[in-house]
Amino acid sequence: MPKWDVMHGSRAVAEAVRLAGVDVIAAYPITPQTHIVEDTAKMVADGEIKAEYVKVESEHSAMSVVIGACGTGARVFTATSSQGLALMFEMLFVASGMRLPVVMVNANRALSAPISIWNDQQDSISVRDSGWIQLYVETNQEALDTTLMAYRIAEDERVQLPVMICMDGFVLTHTVEPVEIPDEEDVKRFLPPYRPKVYLDPRDPMALGPIAFPNIYMELRNEQQKAMEQALDVIRKVNDEFKEVFGRGYGNGLVEEFNMDGAETVIVTIGSVAGTFKDVIEEEHPDVGLLRVKSFRPLPKDDLRRALSKAKVVGVLEKDVSIGLGKGALASEVRDVMYGAGRQPRILSFIAGLGGRDIGIDSVREVISRCKKAHEDGAGDVHWIDLK
Amino acid sequence: MTLPPGGVIREMGSTRKSRTGGWRSERPIIDMEKCIECGSCWIFCPDNSILVRVEGSRRIYSVDYDFCKGCGICANECPSGAITMVLEEK
Ligand code: SF4
Ligand code: SF4
Repeated sequence: MPKWDVMHGSRAVAEAVRLAGVDVIAAYPITPQTHIVEDTAKMVADGEIKAEYVKVESEHSAMSVVIGACGTGARVFTATSSQGLALMFEMLFVASGMRLPVVMVNANRALSAPISIWNDQQDSISVRDSGWIQLYVETNQEALDTTLMAYRIAEDERVQLPVMICMDGFVLTHTVEPVEIPDEEDVKRFLPPYRPKVYLDPRDPMALGPIAFPNIYMELRNEQQKAMEQALDVIRKVNDEFKEVFGRGYGNGLVEEFNMDGAETVIVTIGSVAGTFKDVIEEEHPDVGLLRVKSFRPLPKDDLRRALSKAKVVGVLEKDVSIGLGKGALASEVRDVMYGAGRQPRILSFIAGLGGRDIGIDSVREVISRCKKAHEDGAGDVHWIDLK
Repeated sequence: MTLPPGGVIREMGSTRKSRTGGWRSERPIIDMEKCIECGSCWIFCPDNSILVRVEGSRRIYSVDYDFCKGCGICANECPSGAITMVLEEK
């Protein structure tokens, strides 16, 4: 039987790790991901998770350990945040290049300097080209569910790519919400044990991650791109299957549409802030639609094009900025996707919530009101919300 | 082109087939007249490219040009000046 409980987002992730039957965990604690490390370590110590817990001295080592373990056919888990993710940079490309289904939770946090332990999404957005699937969640329930789905997606033969579940630090990791913990038998049905075709075994020696000369490297990168494209379909199907077994899903797995029928003004956003928009739209702006991008990598270009083709104004709100471009990364990608897609909506970039600045109801109201005034003279393309 | 995911190599010792010696711009030539059989070149070569064979009472040193990168370490380490680096010309 599924059980209801109230818990932090970090605990919800730990529950998912317990249910997923992982074999090896290696992680290094960093705010705001620490509770994930503590909770999973305790579960292993108490015998609730039958996994090897490898203590490491850095995030670079944590990722190296799970890569090695995953190469032997083990189901693995790690978690990090911000500076930790930055320290893993080198190994992120190794995991994806070796096509290993590593699953990691990133508790989104701003990058130094100046030091900030608070939430934004610059960390994971900055590794968007590392070949990892990136799924951004809105709630603690979704963090748990997406962690379970991540193994199915990553381990699928058409995909074989690592998955990063991105959850807003503090906003989700440290916030208590009601969460349904799925039934163990249901999880076993949904997520069978990992049985890769190719894995390191002394009885059948092979080399994983060897050198690729110029005659082959490019082809292997191209294979990664093809796997990402195949992942679009796999993510949708896994979301559907999840819905069948557990009775809930998240949009089509890639994007979630809210109040989109006939909306001329559409907000596109990513992560937990979607919840605040839903509240404001429901209570004050019934004419505004919301498109939450759950899968940032692969970017669901067709879904974006279809959903935004009738909009007149699209406001993309995100907690990152591509310095030098002067826009949010998602906003510039939405523009790229809409280029040549027939009638062009006006696309605005809203940069908000950097370094943990709250995106409250008033910030959201401001974003919607600027979208509605987008066609007035002098209305700019880029808006830093709540900038002092 | 179909490739195994991640470029996995199932065949052991396949690096023997990748003759990386072609990266060399200078080749070491060993003069066995000067060689005192100390083995320094064999010890220091970072690419395991110094070959040794025993002929009667002598150890004969030679270079495996399929893999020698021409770094010149052997020539630098040789105490008797028996190794000369010669420009590769095609
Ligand atoms: S030149 Fe360098 S690689 Fe070649 S034999 Fe001498 S030490 Fe080895
Ligand atoms: S280092 Fe010089 S002297 Fe010593 S074995 Fe090699 S070639 Fe001979």
